[in-house]
Amino acid sequence: MGDEWRWDVAWAAARKIAAVVPVTIAATVLGFVVAAAAGLAWTIARRSRSALVRGAVEAAMEFVRRTPLLVQLLFLYVAFPRLSVFAIGVIGLGLHYGAYLSEVYRAGIEAVDRGQWEAARALNFSRQKTWTRIILPQAIPPIVPMMGNYLIVLFKETPLLFAINVTEMMAVAKQFGSETFRYLEAFTVVGVFFFLMSYPASLVVRWLEARFGRAG
Amino acid sequence: MAGAPAIVDANRALQDRARAREDAAVRRPIVRFRGVKKAFGAMTVLEGIDLDLYPGEKVVVIGPSGSGKTTLARMLMTLETPSGGEIEVDGEPLFTMVRRGRRVPADERHLARVRGKIGMVFQHFNLFPHMTVLRNVTEALIHVRRIPPEEARRRTMAMLERVGMAEHADKYPAQLSGGQKQRVAIARALVMEPKVMLFDEPTSALDPELVGEVLAVIKEIAAKGDMAMLLITHEMQFAREIADRIVFIDGGKIVEQGPPEEVLLRPKSERLKAFLARFRNGMGLR
Ligand SMILES: Nc1ncnc2c1ncn2[C@@H]1O[C@H](COP(=O)(O)OP(=O)(O)OP(=O)(O)O)[C@@H](O)[C@H]1O
Ligand SMILES: [Mg+2]
Repeated sequence: MGDEWRWDVAWAAARKIAAVVPVTIAATVLGFVVAAAAGLAWTIARRSRSALVRGAVEAAMEFVRRTPLLVQLLFLYVAFPRLSVFAIGVIGLGLHYGAYLSEVYRAGIEAVDRGQWEAARALNFSRQKTWTRIILPQAIPPIVPMMGNYLIVLFKETPLLFAINVTEMMAVAKQFGSETFRYLEAFTVVGVFFFLMSYPASLVVRWLEARFGRAG
Repeated sequence: MAGAPAIVDANRALQDRARAREDAAVRRPIVRFRGVKKAFGAMTVLEGIDLDLYPGEKVVVIGPSGSGKTTLARMLMTLETPSGGEIEVDGEPLFTMVRRGRRVPADERHLARVRGKIGMVFQHFNLFPHMTVLRNVTEALIHVRRIPPEEARRRTMAMLERVGMAEHADKYPAQLSGGQKQRVAIARALVMEPKVMLFDEPTSALDPELVGEVLAVIKEIAAKGDMAMLLITHEMQFAREIADRIVFIDGGKIVEQGPPEEVLLRPKSERLKAFLARFRNGMGLR
């Protein structure tokens, strides 16, 4: 054990950690898909005609946003022992970020002119078709950059899955460290991997912003 | 012979009754406002409107700003709910329905069915900006009326031809002038074949030089269709040419109504006189 940086150790760590990069990416992508779907469902439920539905959704979202993701993950882990830890991680990330994405969707939907709803109603579109054919196609493009930002934030939060025993990059690094007593290289490699993935992603988001403009 | 004239008389009576029934059917209003009230919070906008619109009739509604003309049209389009009274469309209450022998507030299905008989053209067009002109018009045909896409396209092109927009079918609304947008919006409402068309100040958002083309399209539609029309406009000359009847609303009530010449040239109430005085100059009204 020493404090000096060793490239050979770093390479060894990198090879091990690289093997679970797909896990991190899968958790990110699936978590974001769940978040995008849950966020949209909540946003639409928040506009329900039933005050009960509105109140319940509002309360649930408030709770999710006011409590730490780590606590939520541990809660789900304990509450649903039959689910795989990966599934729990995806659901936890999805619900948590869904609550944030719901705000983004809301901004996008509120930016759609009221006349669009009225024209849809005058033409007798059903509620569902009004959403899918008229409102969402206008509400979503402007919020794509914001959603991209949340995708990157969610990606950077995946090391929390380590707490519920998902074998992602952080878990592998920790194990590598405990076996070799070289934590410095292992954790550095994790940081570099995150940077190598999130920096290009942020460039894509910047490009999207230029393309679609900003909203929210 | 005593029998023959009796039979002839009986026959004639039967024919008369059949004709009366036909007349009654023709004369049955397509839209009836019956004591319709509307308040927004504490502010009463309309306090008891009774108005019948007959099939094929063109009724122009005039009145000062804030008198509730738009609100009247929006209630018929089910964009607002009356605070009192009832609107009947084609003999059927719009905002209530019968369920298990009782009259209850209309559900969305009932509203949708009755609403299908009404079309509306808005002051600000409200075209769908993410769709081409063609799709703006086909969209509801395909997804509301469930007309096969090929047929919807055919009907749409015919309608765009009629409003002079066929060559712009592949453009987006942002590429059109205001007058062109409004003509597309008219085609979009018309292609659904409503029994009643509502026009809420269809030209007041337009540059003056574009007003004419839109009014010409509306006149052409009015001349051909057996569709009833309820038009809100400040274009008095146009109102005079197109209207079978003009209705003047002020202070939440119908103050005066009648044939255009009567209402515009021989107003009875002081309020209508005062209202018209503002239009007299340059409107071609003697
Ligand atoms: N959704 C609403 N909430 C509150 N007040 C409203 C609403 N819609 C209309 N009003 C009010 O009701 C009154 C009548 O409005 P309306 O738009 O029907 O008038 P109008 O006759 O069409 O006027 P204009 O000629 O200016 O278009 C106005 O005082 C308006 O401010
Ligand atoms: Mg108005």
